[in-house]
Amino acid sequence: MKKVFSRPKSLKKASFHYCPGCGHSLIHRLIAEVIDEMNLQERTIGVPPAGCAVLAYNYLDIDMGEAAHGRAAAVATGLKRVLPDRVVFTYQGDGDIAAIGTAETIHAAARGEKFTTIFVNNGVYGMTGGQMAPTTILGQHTTTSPGGRNEKRDGYPIRLSEMVAIAEGSVYIERTAVNSPAHILKTKRAIAKAFQVQLEGRGFSLVEVLSPCPTNWKMSPERSWKWIDEVMTVHFPLGVIKDTTKEKKDDH
Amino acid sequence: MPKVLMRGNHIIGEAAVRAGCRYYFGYPITPQNELAEYMAERLSKTEGGVFIQAESEVAAINMVIGASMAGGRAMTSSSSPGISLKQEGISFLSALELPAVIVNMTRGGPGLGNIAPAQSDYFQATRGGGHGDYRNIVLAPSSGQELANLTFEAFDLADRYRTPVMVLGDGMLGQMMEPVEFQAEVPLKKLPAKDWALTGAKGRPSRFIRSLLLDPVEEEEHNWKLMRKYEKIAKEETRWETFLIEDARMVVVAFGTAARIAKGAIKRVREQGLKVGLIRPISLWPFPFKAIRDIAKRARHFFVFEMNMGQMVEDVKLALEGGGDVYFYGRPGGIIVAPMELSRVITNQYYQKRLL
Amino acid sequence: MPTGYIEIDPELCKDCKLCMSVCPHHLIESSERLNEKGYRPASFIENHLKRDERKCTGCALCAISCPEVAIEVYRA
Repeated sequence: MKKVFSRPKSLKKASFHYCPGCGHSLIHRLIAEVIDEMNLQERTIGVPPAGCAVLAYNYLDIDMGEAAHGRAAAVATGLKRVLPDRVVFTYQGDGDIAAIGTAETIHAAARGEKFTTIFVNNGVYGMTGGQMAPTTILGQHTTTSPGGRNEKRDGYPIRLSEMVAIAEGSVYIERTAVNSPAHILKTKRAIAKAFQVQLEGRGFSLVEVLSPCPTNWKMSPERSWKWIDEVMTVHFPLGVIKDTTKEKKDDH
Repeated sequence: MPKVLMRGNHIIGEAAVRAGCRYYFGYPITPQNELAEYMAERLSKTEGGVFIQAESEVAAINMVIGASMAGGRAMTSSSSPGISLKQEGISFLSALELPAVIVNMTRGGPGLGNIAPAQSDYFQATRGGGHGDYRNIVLAPSSGQELANLTFEAFDLADRYRTPVMVLGDGMLGQMMEPVEFQAEVPLKKLPAKDWALTGAKGRPSRFIRSLLLDPVEEEEHNWKLMRKYEKIAKEETRWETFLIEDARMVVVAFGTAARIAKGAIKRVREQGLKVGLIRPISLWPFPFKAIRDIAKRARHFFVFEMNMGQMVEDVKLALEGGGDVYFYGRPGGIIVAPMELSRVITNQYYQKRLL
Repeated sequence: MPTGYIEIDPELCKDCKLCMSVCPHHLIESSERLNEKGYRPASFIENHLKRDERKCTGCALCAISCPEVAIEVYRA
């Protein structure tokens, strides 16, 4: 018998502090698997967010540098400009990237900064107890949208990946999910492709991952997987949003 | 190297690059735009130079954080309202123990204020400005030559102590043209290695740089560690200059441009026989408390002159701990006091205190 | 006919039940006992069965879906 699945080397043996069924745990593992398979552990630097994943450095066995809430894209810009041959990625939640960090994200993409952003979209502010996020859907209940998000009172959700795709420096943007084994594997392939885009020096890459937050959605993990399919993907369609890798040539 | 005539904002840029700064992130705001423009030009002609006009002052300070984490010598600059925006970043730099140089060419405030020179950011600079218990080294040049020397040194201080250093100038210093002599450019490979930087975990265990310390026991110890560092800096890096102090019966305390004006005023009143001297703090943090206390043993009348509503005067009072008489004269909002005007106020005060 | 086998670390499991929802042969159940965290960990029902008695194919859908990396999969 051959062992065909085990903990990736770049994932420390620590037990996750995340809730049962949380998408972060899955996505951390996928990043570690990609780092292992592409042999990048010694040359990757990650920037964790403010949010549940602030402690990502306790799990990913790579160099990591903390950023203030929303600022990861600016910190990553500084890191990558000093060390252009390393793989730099940010790991951000929906509040981090699409509320307080919108300017930094769009401008990094516009400048074509050659790092990768992994955007974990679970439609709430998890760490702080389930408040409304920029990606909270109309009708979705959160602690700051009582009765459900209402466009007159709370405005509309933001499709950040589509916004970033407009920026010319962005090269590869895909939206995936981690609510089934097939989607999980697709997410892993998207992360690997984004890192490859970076290694080829092509420009800014972003993978948005629809991710469950069972605790703040007040659902079981299984129900939260269904909710992503039935509700979230209607507003945040899965698929490749932008891919200019075949058109653009390297320009170092 | 022969002396060149240069504008203050340009002097800062040239000194920074010679000190090994290769990463500059800034944003336009008057009166320091010439510094950003100089860096854009100079770094584009320097190998490994990176200039980014960021989308905001907030983004710029965070780019400095990233570049510093990677081991580079990085700088940002702005003026008063933009420095307000950077406060979170400065708190983070201090907590993360990252070197960086931040230049503030102070303008009139508060709010949008104006573009005239002022000294109203003293509290912001020396009391931290951002959240949490930390102190930043604050250097206050008062001439073109000092802009060159102190900017050059700021990078060494930042690296040596792993702390942000602020160069606190004002709109006048930035625009003035003065002759200046620069130090020779430091070759990057001569700079001390940074064994803590994030460079990719090659041949070593991975590391992380962070300031989140959820356990209060750890956070307390981190604060004490920073405090011990600040005590060391206070011991080694306090700087000041005195002028005509030996026989002074009244001592003016001023920094930066105000100190230049004060020197002019003091020369005038000396001609009238008034025994007035000056102590000019060059490091605003660490502040020369002891130097002022020592002077107070001989002369108990202090005249604090600032281009603000009274900020450094509090540190002077703290230094004296009641053992002296402090008079404050200040004009906020960008008014530049002429030496003539200041000399009249000093003379008036000298008579009032019956020092003749 | 490929045969498989899985090992679940009960102390890592948080009983999210996602593995159970994806196993094509329903070979995982919550166990009776509590682990140190207070969860009833997932448990492989074919633990004690011999190779030719097992239905597990080692497809690893469970391990792919497990957020806690609590499952290791073997396949012949």
